[in-house]
Amino acid sequence: MMKLSEAAVVLRSKNSGPFEITLDALFADREIYNALKQSDIINKSLIAKLYNIAEENITHIVFFDQALGFKVTFSRSVSSGTFLDRDVYGAQQHAPLMDLEFDF
Amino acid sequence: MTTRELKILAPCGMLGYGFPKSSFQRGMELLPDAIVVDAGSTDGGPHKLGAGSAIVSKQACKKDLEIMLTAGASARIPVIIGSAGGSGAKVHVEWTRSIIMEILQEQNLSSLKIATIWADIPNDVIEAKLVKGQCLPLGLSVKPLTKERLEATNGVVAQMGHEPIVAALEEGADIIICGRAYDPSPFAAVAIHKGYDAALAYHMGKILECAALCAEPGTTKDSMLGILKEDSFILKALNDTRKCTAISVAAHTFYEKDHPYLLHGPGYILNLEHCKFTELPDHSVEVSGSRMIETPVYKIKLEGAMQVAYRTFVIAGIRDPLLINKIEEVEELVKQQVYDYYTEIPREDYAINFVNYGMNGVLGALEPTPNAGHELGVMFEVIAVSQELANAVCGSVRSTFLHYGYEGRKSTAGNLAFPFAPSDIPFGPVYEFSVYHLMEVSDGLEMFHCDYEEV
Repeated sequence: MMKLSEAAVVLRSKNSGPFEITLDALFADREIYNALKQSDIINKSLIAKLYNIAEENITHIVFFDQALGFKVTFSRSVSSGTFLDRDVYGAQQHAPLMDLEFDF
Repeated sequence: MTTRELKILAPCGMLGYGFPKSSFQRGMELLPDAIVVDAGSTDGGPHKLGAGSAIVSKQACKKDLEIMLTAGASARIPVIIGSAGGSGAKVHVEWTRSIIMEILQEQNLSSLKIATIWADIPNDVIEAKLVKGQCLPLGLSVKPLTKERLEATNGVVAQMGHEPIVAALEEGADIIICGRAYDPSPFAAVAIHKGYDAALAYHMGKILECAALCAEPGTTKDSMLGILKEDSFILKALNDTRKCTAISVAAHTFYEKDHPYLLHGPGYILNLEHCKFTELPDHSVEVSGSRMIETPVYKIKLEGAMQVAYRTFVIAGIRDPLLINKIEEVEELVKQQVYDYYTEIPREDYAINFVNYGMNGVLGALEPTPNAGHELGVMFEVIAVSQELANAVCGSVRSTFLHYGYEGRKSTAGNLAFPFAPSDIPFGPVYEFSVYHLMEVSDGLEMFHCDYEEV
């Protein structure tokens, strides 16, 4: 078992425009990346559960082999920088992914 | 097959962020065909666009521009600034233009043609497109754009593609000040103007607009060189402490986009799914296989911000475990007491919000583990229809919270530790992105007017 926070060399979040949060995980090791990709654990139901959001709000979950990484994008409940937003740049939204475990 | 190539120097990822002069100089020694820098972003939220203010200081913007303009003039190559002033609206473009004029005068630079491309879109154009269903929200959570919201919006800008910038290059412009532009467009324009492949040009622009962020270690505060050929492009760090790797460059296609390899731009979709990233012996990376398709209808992205309220806020700390244990309950009681006190003020005129840093302050409702530590930073804010009302209600929240006699309390002298005196901070207007829409246009030139002047 391996935790995502140990496996990834980059695990970050950022706005993709003011109405979306995008999560990126990038790996240095192709075997680890492949193990995670083949585990199929990164899916809409997991993200919805981890982030307490509806699956309909998740717009993309995509793996990109050349970059050894995957991306998850979901719409924000409050747009960037207005009243009730808590993270203008969306830069601290990746943490719930960190303790995720997968077989390696 | 020809062996021609085109070089673009990207000094830094954001005009005003600064860059080592040695890196920039090394880039100039490699004889670039243009110096291009992005100056804009919506990342900092809607305030800059709404308030008409800049992302960087005048001092920082001028410092970077001085180096770029003098180098560009002596090498006789164009200098292009994308999304001038941060948001690329009229006020931001004028701000940038005045700094440029100041530099040209101080440095005795002359015989230069300056192009200014405006990106402001008139309300009546947007209204007409809305009526025809040719202007639709971009994203699931964008609120519908009504006539009232449009009128309350402090000017709308659209992201230009490469077309108006290519037109300015064809007119022989030496300095091009772009209003709001799609970040890669000013880079792509240089290459498309010279007849290079548009997909490679845009892909290279997408990476260069962040300058050295695609290198390792990455930063937006250092220069990069892009070398475009007929069938590929090369990214070269200009600082020996950085190198590009296949992974670092490929990974950059991920950055701040909703999809890792499908990138939507004005008039086209870039598809990078089958790109090849090859490391070269000199620590640069060659990229090939970028593809793009033109969209059937040309759409430009509109951005507009409207003021939604005024804000006053307070930052405080709590160390008492009795209060920490019931913080959310006490905050609700404090809120209720303030509502009860201001019976004469309509409830829709203001709102009170608590953020408990150290518990679920960052993620809020998304937080899977909302456990408080042994101390808690609380921030509370009041937004209201006027600054006076925000100040008044926030003052009441603060005094109510400070002295609130919650059940079981022992610390009867006060509940909050304030790091500042005075504790209440009037913040001014709060904005939101009221316009974030895709609008159909006839082509990439239609909405972007250009002015020329000779110095």
